[in-house]
Amino acid sequence: MTMHERSIVQQLDDLHSGKYSAVELTRHYLDRIQRHEALNCYITVLEEKALAGANAADSARAEGQNHLLGGIPIAHKDIFCTEGIKTSAGSKMLDSFIAPYDATVVAKLAAAGVVTLGKTNMDEFAMGSSNETSFYGPVRNPWDTTRVPGGSSGGSAAAVAAGLCSAATGTDTGGSIRQPSAHCGITGLKPTYGRISRWGMIAFASSLDQAGPMARTAEDAALLLQVMSGSDSLDSTSLDEPVPDYRADLTRSLEGLRIGLCEDFFATGLEADSEQVIQEAITVFEQLGAKISRVALPHIAQSIPAYYVIAPAEASANLSRFDGIRFGYRCENPSNLEDLYSRSRSEGFGEEVKRRIMIGAFTLSTGYYDAYYRKAQQIRRLIKIDFQTAFEQVDILLGPTSPQPAFKQGEKTDDQVAMYLQDIYTIAGNLAGLPAMSIPAGFSSKLPVGVQLIGNYMQEGRILNAAHQFQQQTDWHLRSPGAVGAGD
Amino acid sequence: MKITDTVVKNIADLTQLTFDKRELASFSTSMSEILELVEQMQQVDTTGVEPMSNPLDATQRLREDVVTEENQRETYQGIAPETEDGIYLVPKVIE
Repeated sequence: MTMHERSIVQQLDDLHSGKYSAVELTRHYLDRIQRHEALNCYITVLEEKALAGANAADSARAEGQNHLLGGIPIAHKDIFCTEGIKTSAGSKMLDSFIAPYDATVVAKLAAAGVVTLGKTNMDEFAMGSSNETSFYGPVRNPWDTTRVPGGSSGGSAAAVAAGLCSAATGTDTGGSIRQPSAHCGITGLKPTYGRISRWGMIAFASSLDQAGPMARTAEDAALLLQVMSGSDSLDSTSLDEPVPDYRADLTRSLEGLRIGLCEDFFATGLEADSEQVIQEAITVFEQLGAKISRVALPHIAQSIPAYYVIAPAEASANLSRFDGIRFGYRCENPSNLEDLYSRSRSEGFGEEVKRRIMIGAFTLSTGYYDAYYRKAQQIRRLIKIDFQTAFEQVDILLGPTSPQPAFKQGEKTDDQVAMYLQDIYTIAGNLAGLPAMSIPAGFSSKLPVGVQLIGNYMQEGRILNAAHQFQQQTDWHLRSPGAVGAGD
Repeated sequence: MKITDTVVKNIADLTQLTFDKRELASFSTSMSEILELVEQMQQVDTTGVEPMSNPLDATQRLREDVVTEENQRETYQGIAPETEDGIYLVPKVIE
């Protein structure tokens, strides 16, 4: 088994026993990144910095210092600020932006000893479900390069799947960790809203945005979550709750675990082969001792309409900071101040970002606020109540992550509503602020299919436990995409 | 709800965005389609439901009113498109 097919936990063992060094591991990834450049996973590759970091990790290990993630090469979604390094959010607006500080997530992972290989490609300002809105061009799915990797954390998902990093960070506002994880056959977790600090994470919709780990296994995701989580005085929405030992719970038996299936998740729209995969996953959980029942989430159908009011409204406010004056893109030869604002924004933002700003400004405008924004926030409450009622009967919820596997590049770019409906199973988790993850569960037409596990507030440990036990029984998470070759 | 080119133009002015004629037409179509999707919310009776802005109904935390930020003018202005003597430069505003 080559280095990049090892999980983080295995790589840490290998590094510890001296099988290979952090420098060798880092060089291995840098070489693979270069060879698979056509996948377009990375916006920035930090060759020198990564090798220096790997050297430091090897020295630290030789001196007996044992950092939790010492010498593990990872990548950051290009939405996390990295001091002295370009942070573009996939936008022309920030093409020349060098972040003046590190995001809390970046600082925490650095303190745990990771090596940063680079910054991954993403939909512009995380607005998209296919990675096609990036200023830097689309990412290709390593399982089939004519298809999308999903989005918005598509670069991170494709990089993990193709063995171009040990793991990557992602962010999830409406499914942006889980949907690309499903499409690329990896394990991705969106924690409870507030579990991980949003400081230094470029804002899209502040009441929905949440960072999380994207990895090869649930065990690796638990390890990363351990490091990334915690209260932060720099983010007043971060939760002031202790961080449990997520790995301690992984080995718990699933005997008696109550799993709920939301009937609406299996309604029309779910591809037959994907449904078959989900049904087989349910059988595995039953064999592991879980008790399956059906639960109702009556307002779940309203999650997409409510989301497409709340997310654009918050985005229109957040993106008003890009004015061409303090940082980011500025147009050439502005004739006056108005022209500077207007042309810098019009030339700096891509079409989908402009569309969301426009929708948001419209729904927040005088006369429409009650009919749209207030209504959406009321529906958000009803969705939360639905989940709370369900969690009185079951411990976790299970369903598909995505209606079908990865679609073709360009297939949905002209139909926004069809693109938005891709997130039909993931959005409710953001509106309610619940932890949710996607794990590989099988294939449909040789493309990976993800199963989604949703937990109650702060129950990341519970869904990680279920995911880990599932991965002890199955080997879907160990499959490698043919496009880059298993042993390549 | 049907969004006309005039409405698009008005919202574009509010958000400091400029569109040409072709873009105006394309945005009025796509925005109308999205608002049609959003309209489905009206099927739900939300009378008396408290709007939710934070998933955990958290309120802002307070901290001691002490200085926590140091002056980093040079760092922050180092990434600005145009500055001079510690100030941000913009086109002439007053004739």
